[in-house]
Amino acid sequence: MIGIVGQKIGMTRIFNKDGKVIPVTVIQAKPNRITQIKTTKKDGYNAIQVGAFEIPFRKLNKPMRGHLKGGKGYRVLKEFRVSNIKKFKVGTEIGVDLFAPGDIVNCTATSKGKGFQGPIKRHGFRGLPKTHGQSDKFRSPGSLGGSSFPSRVFKGKRMAGRTGGKTTTVKNLKIIKVDEKNSLLVISGCVPGYNGAVVLVKKTVKGIENVPSR
Amino acid sequence: MLDQIIRMVEAPYLKKEPDKFGPGDTVKVHLKTNEGDKERVQIFQGIVISIRGRGVNRNFTVRKVSQGIGVEKTFPLHSPLVKQVEVVREGKVRRAKIYYIRGKVGKSARIKEKKKISK
Repeated sequence: MIGIVGQKIGMTRIFNKDGKVIPVTVIQAKPNRITQIKTTKKDGYNAIQVGAFEIPFRKLNKPMRGHLKGGKGYRVLKEFRVSNIKKFKVGTEIGVDLFAPGDIVNCTATSKGKGFQGPIKRHGFRGLPKTHGQSDKFRSPGSLGGSSFPSRVFKGKRMAGRTGGKTTTVKNLKIIKVDEKNSLLVISGCVPGYNGAVVLVKKTVKGIENVPSR
Repeated sequence: MLDQIIRMVEAPYLKKEPDKFGPGDTVKVHLKTNEGDKERVQIFQGIVISIRGRGVNRNFTVRKVSQGIGVEKTFPLHSPLVKQVEVVREGKVRRAKIYYIRGKVGKSARIKEKKKISK
């Protein structure tokens, strides 16, 4: 589904009509320009490619200059799969007016890197008992492979390791506010990544879903 | 840069002139509550023991002793449910956070009143 590429500004809280607090993430998404339209005939699938975060053309490398020729330079290019490409034209812009308050969106970004973490933080393991004679293995993953059977560790066994820094999607977030003048989206809830991170805000396929109303 | 944008988003939710009070003050918090479909103002009176946070996130904690049990409530300063914060008595304190009062009972739990300079 079509979406927009923006930058996570940070989180804050706002009050709704009943005076309840809504935690919100602010995303700035300046107009994205369509740089290419991909078609089933030529590329095997229908999609639009957009450029976000404008940079001077001279800062692009040669392949990018060739691709964006004559146009403006962009730091980030992203594709959105669309079914009907006839609606879109190269050079036109997609802004935050794509969304309206109440829309349900999915947000994709690279999550904050957390370094080497144990299985409790990384996979939500419960650890071992803290009492009953237990001494130093509270946060251990427990048994890995058994002794006589299967006598080996299965592939893909969840263990400690590098955590975060991966592409993560948070689904079904509600748009609270759209500020066209400043290209801002105010989204209920949290979005992956650090402040300043590149975030993809996409419309959901089903539109409004069963989300607890706030 | 990013911070300025956040402040801009918060701006419409800030009270233009929030009531002025400080730690150590005895205040009456006028709180809007809904009972069924009726709206009513509830009053919570106590000593302000902490004010913290920036922007829309600014909140304060009020402590009172109700039937021998200490009760503390934290309110967002800019919440539309907090209608008014009325200062009953200004306290003279040397700290920004009056947490030490939690462990005190009776005489030692008092706070001196700030003397007003009169001409």
